[in-house]
Amino acid sequence: MNCPLYIRSVPTQGELKFHYTVHTSLDVVEEKISGVGKALADQRELYLGLLYPTEDYKVYGYVTNSKVKFVIVVDSSNTSLRDNEIRSMFRKLHNSFTDVMCNPFYNPGDPIQSKAFDSIVSTMMVQAC
Amino acid sequence: MESLTLSDVEQKYYSELFLSCDVDNTKKVASNGKVLDLFRAAQLSNEVVHQITELCGATRLGHFGRSQFYIALKLIALAQSGLPLRVESLNSVRDLPLPRFVMGKNEQETRHAVMFADTENQGPYFPRPPGRVQAKKVSAHEMIQPCVPTVDPQPDTTSPVVSPHQSPPTSPHAWRKHKRQASGGNVDRQPSVPGVVWPPFREAQPGPVTGDGMWSAHSPPPVQESWVSFTDTPPSSTLPMHPPSAQPESTTVRTVPSAMTTNEIQRQISGYDDPWKITDEQRQYYINQFKTIQADLTGLIPGSAAKEFFTKSKLPILELSHIWELSDFDKDGALTLDEFCAAFHLVVARKNGYDLPEKLPESLMPKLIDLDDSAGVPEPATEVDFSASPVEVTPNKSPSMPSLNQNWSELNQSNEQWETFSERSSSSQTLTQFDSNIAPADPDTAIVHPVPIRMTPSKIHMQEMELKRTGSDHTHPTSPLMANPPELSDETKLAATIKFPGTTVGDGYSSSDSFTSDQEPISSAVNRQRSHSGTSPEGLKVVAPPPPPPRPHASHSRSSSLDMNRNFAAVPAGPQQPGVVAFPPAVPPRPLPTQTSVPHGHRSVEGDGLPAHTSTSPHQMPEQPNFADFSQFQAFAVDQPADDGENTSDSGQAERCAETTGTMKTAKNDIQSEERNATTVNSAKVSTPLAPPPKPVRRRLKSEDELRPDVEDLPQKSNVIATVLATQPSIPRSIGKDKKAIQASIRRNKETNTVLARLNSELQQQLKDLLEERISLEVQLEQLRPFSHL
Repeated sequence: MNCPLYIRSVPTQGELKFHYTVHTSLDVVEEKISGVGKALADQRELYLGLLYPTEDYKVYGYVTNSKVKFVIVVDSSNTSLRDNEIRSMFRKLHNSFTDVMCNPFYNPGDPIQSKAFDSIVSTMMVQAC
Repeated sequence: MESLTLSDVEQKYYSELFLSCDVDNTKKVASNGKVLDLFRAAQLSNEVVHQITELCGATRLGHFGRSQFYIALKLIALAQSGLPLRVESLNSVRDLPLPRFVMGKNEQETRHAVMFADTENQGPYFPRPPGRVQAKKVSAHEMIQPCVPTVDPQPDTTSPVVSPHQSPPTSPHAWRKHKRQASGGNVDRQPSVPGVVWPPFREAQPGPVTGDGMWSAHSPPPVQESWVSFTDTPPSSTLPMHPPSAQPESTTVRTVPSAMTTNEIQRQISGYDDPWKITDEQRQYYINQFKTIQADLTGLIPGSAAKEFFTKSKLPILELSHIWELSDFDKDGALTLDEFCAAFHLVVARKNGYDLPEKLPESLMPKLIDLDDSAGVPEPATEVDFSASPVEVTPNKSPSMPSLNQNWSELNQSNEQWETFSERSSSSQTLTQFDSNIAPADPDTAIVHPVPIRMTPSKIHMQEMELKRTGSDHTHPTSPLMANPPELSDETKLAATIKFPGTTVGDGYSSSDSFTSDQEPISSAVNRQRSHSGTSPEGLKVVAPPPPPPRPHASHSRSSSLDMNRNFAAVPAGPQQPGVVAFPPAVPPRPLPTQTSVPHGHRSVEGDGLPAHTSTSPHQMPEQPNFADFSQFQAFAVDQPADDGENTSDSGQAERCAETTGTMKTAKNDIQSEERNATTVNSAKVSTPLAPPPKPVRRRLKSEDELRPDVEDLPQKSNVIATVLATQPSIPRSIGKDKKAIQASIRRNKETNTVLARLNSELQQQLKDLLEERISLEVQLEQLRPFSHL
């Protein structure tokens, strides 16, 4: 249930650490989304904001209506990233993700191998860094 | 141009090739595309090809004239023989084998008859007609040599050059036969022919008639060459796509493609620049396929159907997924005709070994105008049934392309706009961003109803804002009120309207001017309800239980008995008219007993009032009957300020919804009643002049009015009446709305009930007092007349 559909990091050497960070942040995400007992979901809920700042990076979370979770980990030193930008990143991710979903050849639950998705993620990461 | 001597065979061969490339029949040009494809099919490295191109002068000229072409071919032969490319060697080398062009093979080549329409003059060197027409399934042959494979058994076909002179006649025959398809003789030879790519197409039918026609027009060799070029890649699957999709149909369909392919091949050279264009035949084929899935050409193919269809092509799912991403232009999970054609084309190309592009080629972009036909050949290489359509740059394409590009860029632009919009909106510090359309894309285009928000710090407003938020608030302006939402968030989430008013009411009592939003009616209605209930059921943070809204507590400003009000009003107005105070109901005054029962005052307001009243002044006696009133006077005396406040607020409120103030007053009334009791006790002892009472009395009288509307007839006092009237009408008038009126009347009635109940209790107590007095009096009498009954 909680296996990553897609994971990508820019400095690829520390990838494993990011894997771990993302996995631990899932707990925070779960906690945030379970606390809200509302029937209606809105953008505010989807974007979970800063999950927790640790060490030298910050973790942002976003959950879709279908409980697919996006997690972004950014360096704390990267102070130029404002909340709006993070939101827009999540929005782009969500859009790309829905495009992937629309592909009838994609089985939900499979790792995402879409090149379009990859390209969007790369673009975003380049922008952020 | 360097003079070029060609052998006969070469001459023939070259001319055929040239003809095949010379689609336009201009006799001078074979556009670069086809030529280059052809050259590539020669399995020479690119540099060599470039070199050849340069050498022959085509680079200089910009195109291949016949002579250039011939030179090029010769150079190719040279290169293939391993000889250095030099112009001098063009003529010097003798016995140069004919240039070889590779063509992929295909099991179904047999079907590919058409290709070889014209064989008569075709030298044996023509590469095997791609279509092995007849049902002869030729085993895949890698190379189609210019030689006459027909003659040679298949295995031998690989010996390309060798057989140039072999059985020259056979090939033409073969071709012809191929073309005709039916020819059995050819069939025999067919097998030996290296497979042709297009077998699938060539169902043995005359279907390819068009192709036939074309081919007859052009020498097969060129065709074959193009075939060859297409079939570079492993021949394996012939049209895996098609076979699954109904063989029979595929056969017919195939013929079309095959026809297309030949055509395309011919155009290939010309359309080299755009390898992704779709030829007419291809498009027609695609359209036919589309029809099998979706009869309506303007309709959409759902994703699942498309998935099944393309899965038959046996491409890996990943590639199919990529193809889908490329071709589903509008990202709607369904394919329009254009999208379908693009996808199909990509599948064909992929099966032919072409790599999938990263982005959708322009020629494949869904066009508004259908049937733009430009043959596109992805790259020379695959055998696929569909012949990567030869590229052809058609002039009409260009106009459509820019338009497409524009559309695309516009689309991008709009996406960008969406992005910016979303960013913009996200930058506004709204607490709530309702992503009403999560599905596709734009999360922030939720429509926001501009709701007027009153920027006062009143809690009622905050509540109203909460209401709006739940409604559909997108750009909720930040306001000081927003500070509260967290507290109210819970309530907000629940049935908003109901909840809010509840809290609103509780909080709003402090500010009486809160209902300015459109929620007002609802909240006020709810407020009224709440006030009746007196509590906020959901446990909202209600500051104070909304007291019933009756305005003047017990004043029953809206009371029916105008007289009473008038009387009461008159009373305060005219303190000098003690008698005036005539109190409405004519309760027989009982001054005496009441006077003696002063101590009992605090039992009830009226009780207190009575003794006080009686003790105060005789002129108040007549008011005894209205002792309640007097007691109310007393009470009012104490509560005057408050009552005054209530009065004013009441009248003010009358203009508005009045609920809050009404409730406020009611609350105050309740509170004051207790106070009154206490105070009246004190005041009872004191001979309170009527002066204070007048105002309070007015209030009280009003309540009395309501209490005993039926009972009494008020002696009219103009002043009182006037004042009462002044207050009275304002109240009913304020309630203009039906619902509010009903609510108000309900409230009033309830107030009346409570007041009457209270009055009843007071009267009961008075009765008790009186009885006690009577008993005491009788006792005294007994004592005084001890001997009366002696």
